[in-house]
Amino acid sequence: MSRPSQSFTAGATELCQDLDHRQRIQTAMGNYEIKRDENKARFLNWGEARAAAAAVKDEAVNHLDKYLTQFAERLAARGTTVHWARDAREAREIIANIAREASVRRIIKSKSMTTEEIHLNEHLAEQGYDVFESDLGEFIVQLRHEPPYHLVFPSMHLTRHQISDTFAEKLGSARVTEPEELTLIARRVMREKFCQADMGISGVNFGIAETGMISVTENEGNARLTTALPRVHVALMGIEKILPRLDDLALFWPMLATAGAGQPMTCYNSLFAGPRQAGEPDGPEQFHVVLLDNGRTAMLADAEQRDSLRCIRCGACLNVCPVFRNVGGHTYGTVYGGPIGSVITPHLRGLQEWTHLSFASSLCGACTEVCPVKIDLAHHLLRNRRNAVGQKPPLLENLIWSGFACAMRHPWIYRVGARLARLLQPWHNLVKGSALDPFRAWTRTRATPKIAGQTFSDWWERHRA
Amino acid sequence: MKISLFIPCYIEQCFPRAAISVVKVLERLGHQVLYPTAQTCCGQPAFNSGAWKQAREIARHALTVFRDAEVVVTPSGSCGAMVKVFYRELFHGEPEYQEACALGDKTWEFSSFLVNKLGVSDLGATFQARVTFHDGCHGLRELHVRTEPRTLLAKVRGLELVEMAARDTCCGFGGTFAVKFPMISSAMGEAKCSAILETKADYVISLDSSCLMHLQGMFDQQRAPMRSLHLAEVLASGLS
Repeated sequence: MSRPSQSFTAGATELCQDLDHRQRIQTAMGNYEIKRDENKARFLNWGEARAAAAAVKDEAVNHLDKYLTQFAERLAARGTTVHWARDAREAREIIANIAREASVRRIIKSKSMTTEEIHLNEHLAEQGYDVFESDLGEFIVQLRHEPPYHLVFPSMHLTRHQISDTFAEKLGSARVTEPEELTLIARRVMREKFCQADMGISGVNFGIAETGMISVTENEGNARLTTALPRVHVALMGIEKILPRLDDLALFWPMLATAGAGQPMTCYNSLFAGPRQAGEPDGPEQFHVVLLDNGRTAMLADAEQRDSLRCIRCGACLNVCPVFRNVGGHTYGTVYGGPIGSVITPHLRGLQEWTHLSFASSLCGACTEVCPVKIDLAHHLLRNRRNAVGQKPPLLENLIWSGFACAMRHPWIYRVGARLARLLQPWHNLVKGSALDPFRAWTRTRATPKIAGQTFSDWWERHRA
Repeated sequence: MKISLFIPCYIEQCFPRAAISVVKVLERLGHQVLYPTAQTCCGQPAFNSGAWKQAREIARHALTVFRDAEVVVTPSGSCGAMVKVFYRELFHGEPEYQEACALGDKTWEFSSFLVNKLGVSDLGATFQARVTFHDGCHGLRELHVRTEPRTLLAKVRGLELVEMAARDTCCGFGGTFAVKFPMISSAMGEAKCSAILETKADYVISLDSSCLMHLQGMFDQQRAPMRSLHLAEVLASGLS
């Protein structure tokens, strides 16, 4: 068992027994589902919108070479510096170099899972920069030295009282209970940071090839301040975030808001096309876009699972996933949690080490059903299992399945097996639930079904006679 | 019609009444029911465990057993999905691909067969009880069977159907998942059991005895007064 697998099992065991956690997440997700469905109903046809979105993303992903080049050229034409990063290390170094060359000291960030993916904050902190998260949820988990719990709702696992305690401990604020009061505390701290920062780092929700623009989606306005106030703006973008045309946003903005947060539209959607232009009174002096591969071209090469690159990181698959709802976001030990994380992490970080996540699914398919860009998520979990087992068959399991297959190819073994199981079942009762019970994974929480005195085959013989 | 039955291994051994009821219902409708006795498992446990090589060996056996069948009916959304949906993927690029597709095309999940192929909804059953219905995920999302069992239950005399909260949520069985990750499986099962108990139903009905094995196991462990039945058992009740 790999180390991530052991820690997943330990985390899942703990969280699955935490009834408060379960209740909190179920309630939050129940509310989200109501809002999501209300807003889905505003689309003329949600099913067709999904198909259209999948087709647009496929077009972009299948012609990445063309659209990325176009995107980079159009950005450069308005004075943006475009960087290409093969992996996380290169991306971190590029961003640290930009900071060094621009004599930056304080950095403010808006929400970006891609920066989490490359562990940017830790790297910049090691280099002596003060890095500050300005998204409220990210701000809270940063204070607690925790990774985000969820792609879209980083601190959804915390109660307002826990947040108040965190603020009191880390910021010295008075204990308050109303969300508005908590927000005011955060705002007071943040305003100062916004004014002091000389570099702002954002993510990118969509990169528009046609016009050379990046689109940033948010609800709090912090991304607008992050990108407008500091003298340098750096945007980190996974190469799959490209969209061919500006018009495509007419579909993707409401779709991301609906699937991601159950909103008709998020409060702010901003487009950035370059640094401050001649004659403009404001905006950053420098604008850098860092394009990140980090395993994405390898996924592109996998024809079977290429559709994973359609992902717009809305988090809808996490929200409906009964596994996510029970084990929680931190248990995965990955940047991207839930079904999409279980699908792509083995590709990004190693098949053998991360395949346990593909096994930790009942394959219910709720994820596939809700995905706004129609990624074949549940089936990809099966394909990851096949790839991992095919590459390195686990010794004991391989033996078991070979034995099983042998029995199933020989009906007489299958029949004898059934009789044998019936004979042995009373003996199992002697050890049931104890440490000696070979079926304790089942019997700890479930009674065992009784093997019938007369199997269907037995009945059939008599019935036919 | 000559109908060949594909009986899931757990029904064969633990829940024969479900299969017996299927025979009763189909014979009552005047069809000839066949049970090829060389049949074994569909191969799903190996398939879901990533052991596709072994799963193919098992599936090849099924292809042989049902080669000459006119139509195949299985009282399971899950095994039905294995044959109808996953055999295509399992045999993709293999010499048996066409045969796998052909078996998939002529295989039916039991309730879907009654409603969509035979066009019947009222079987003349009587069952005096308040029941709730559990949708197995494979039937629901792989085979898109949602209305068919409800159509059939609506015609059962004396039966009152009460839908549970979050009825589309998985019960947590998931085959080998139930024993590989028992803590997650059980947590999901607890939520499902609560939703079922809240309906105050006398019975929980499903197309899948596998989900029911897990749920009934949890009810029995908790000594909760809930009984489970396969849809076929309800449809066969009151038939002479």
